[in-house]
Amino acid sequence: MGEDSESPKINHSFLRDYVTEADVISTVEFNQTGDLLATGDKGGRVVIFQRETESKGESEELGESGEYNVYSTFQSHEPDFDYLKSLEIEEKINKIRWLPHQNAAHFLLSTNDKTIKLWKVSERDKRPEGYNLKDEEGRIKDISTVTSLRVPVLKPTDLMVEVRPRRIFANGHTYHVNSISVNSDGETYLSADDLRINMWHLDITDRSFNIVDIKPANMEDLTEVITAAEFHPQHCHLFVYSSSKGTLRLCDMRESALCDKHSKIFEEPEDPGNRSFFSEIVSSVSDVKFSHSGRYLLTRDYLTVKVWDLNMEKGPVETYQVHEYLRSKLCSLYENDCIFDKFECVWNSTDSVIMTGAYNSFFRMFDRETGRGVTLEAWRENSKPRAVLRTRRVYTGGRRRRGDVGVDSLDFTKKILHMAWHPAENIIAIAATNNLYIFQDRVSVENQ
Amino acid sequence: MFSKGTKRKFSDGGEEISDESLLGARVASSYSLQRQSLLDMSLIKLQLCHMLVEPNLCRSVLIANTVRQIQEEMTHDGSWHMVTEAFCSAGQSPSERLVATEVLCRSREQDAEPKLFSVISYEGCCEEEVVADETLCSVSVSDTVSNVCLAGRMGQCWEKSELSGIERDEEALEDSRLGSGEEEEIDTEDGASTESPKTIGQVFGTFEIKNGSPGPDSALEELFSDVDTSYYDLDTMLTGMQSAPKMGPYDLLDSLAPSHSSPSIVSTPNCRSDLNELDHIMEIIVGS
Repeated sequence: MGEDSESPKINHSFLRDYVTEADVISTVEFNQTGDLLATGDKGGRVVIFQRETESKGESEELGESGEYNVYSTFQSHEPDFDYLKSLEIEEKINKIRWLPHQNAAHFLLSTNDKTIKLWKVSERDKRPEGYNLKDEEGRIKDISTVTSLRVPVLKPTDLMVEVRPRRIFANGHTYHVNSISVNSDGETYLSADDLRINMWHLDITDRSFNIVDIKPANMEDLTEVITAAEFHPQHCHLFVYSSSKGTLRLCDMRESALCDKHSKIFEEPEDPGNRSFFSEIVSSVSDVKFSHSGRYLLTRDYLTVKVWDLNMEKGPVETYQVHEYLRSKLCSLYENDCIFDKFECVWNSTDSVIMTGAYNSFFRMFDRETGRGVTLEAWRENSKPRAVLRTRRVYTGGRRRRGDVGVDSLDFTKKILHMAWHPAENIIAIAATNNLYIFQDRVSVENQ
Repeated sequence: MFSKGTKRKFSDGGEEISDESLLGARVASSYSLQRQSLLDMSLIKLQLCHMLVEPNLCRSVLIANTVRQIQEEMTHDGSWHMVTEAFCSAGQSPSERLVATEVLCRSREQDAEPKLFSVISYEGCCEEEVVADETLCSVSVSDTVSNVCLAGRMGQCWEKSELSGIERDEEALEDSRLGSGEEEEIDTEDGASTESPKTIGQVFGTFEIKNGSPGPDSALEELFSDVDTSYYDLDTMLTGMQSAPKMGPYDLLDSLAPSHSSPSIVSTPNCRSDLNELDHIMEIIVGS
């Protein structure tokens, strides 16, 4: 599982290291059933993978429950140019979100910095044949050759996947869109940029409601930006947004049209012992996710992931150290800008495990019941398809085991920023630069 | 906090200090050195931006907050005073610094004689990439003593002389189109020092997009809210010393669209002749 190509005998590693910038994956998202997996990249393309559902006969291998293969590829966004500011608008796909499945077609929202698009993904596996006035190639027949009438029949044909843009939600954002979230009502969604959050109706592209605006009257006073936002999975009137100062604000849209005033604010008091010039930067929340139950929030800041209970605002209920060993390196990380990396975090289907990425192609999983964390690696050199991932460790002192990686040997260019967890099973998709890794838990397959 | 380093600093001789306080002084000075280098690094980060794509607002805000934090601490320490003095003694007269910005600036005060197409180039600004987000922009001068923005030191250098700069010609054009109410407070401009400490306040003005409806932020406010005027030096543009010119060839023309309010951009009463001059210069640039 994971990489589809076998390791070549010839050492082409120097070629592999060359990554086209446009191929860097910038977002990963499963749909609600988990059968489809969409990835967006810096070049504005979206690749959709579909899980193969046919069982491989009676003797199903343990762990074999369907691979993901490419289903469709399309260009979602093109590079654009803002003429007023003389600046390019990147075509990089910042986020993809699937709409709930309602009919035969699938719908997804994809966004770059400025424009959100609704795409319809539909299959066509039949085509009408036997027209009276047209021949097989579509050319108009000579009337005189038509001697009898027949009814055109739908014949099966090769599967074709068609992707068409259905809505384009443009000009809604002055700043860079960082999040989109589909509402549980199935009709609206929110899009958040650095200073504002808008709510759109999926059918209406020429207007949106501004529901949060934290832009100060004087831009000189700007000290905080919005970093992520999400609707509550069940309550269509609730949403949460995180800020660069490490706060979370839960807003209730029933209270007022403009939700500048939060219903709840979740903030952890600063630890005076750890105070430094970088405190604020490392407290900036890069991602926020509701649990499937809707009871908890998961946030990621630079060094930790935290679980918050919606009923308790004064602090997180759980805190997990992702890479505490970096705390003493914050100055260098500030210098090389790594401190501004935005890592995502995800829940598993039962909200019992949380996962987030790190450096050196490492990603971390935390079991909430035991509180223990494990480090895994998404790097093709060290794992063959279908091999079991072995846990990794960063050496931070004490007894050094074989395979431990020293903090100074970490490759900060190999960052795992984007990931997704299957909504029902223990299948995870990890984006590592331009590679997509799909890992699966062997044990869970028995549940099927 | 920065770990109180064990880096040893050569202390000036001639002072009779006890060992303990000497060690304390060394520790403190290495801390302040580290802090200073963090400040320098932050300022450089704010200045260096990818010209082609709009810079990341979140990153800029975080860096600016860090700079503010350092500033505040340095003020409490009393070391800020030394920094400002150092810059003031740079030796350049205010008018020299301000002249090159006149191309796109509006001057409220009569201190600086506005001249078009000055050929004064700022030392130390040439190596750096042109900034998109105007962290280099003009520094706002505040009357309040407690305002410890970086610009504060500029205020000390030339109290009342203020300049507003146009950060983007398109914005200028747009603003004059939109029409607006009050003007932004004018900011002193700083471009001479290599470190170019800038006001934090003006960092974010760039991010305004003018295609929205003019809200309480008047368009003119936007016009003057942030300028990195040093980069408008026509000389550096022509010589290609900037890695990415802030303005395109047509920008100067656009920027001279007469503003509906207040003194015109150039001091000459006749805007048209200036436009013709500008035209001429533009031909040269575009022609080359």
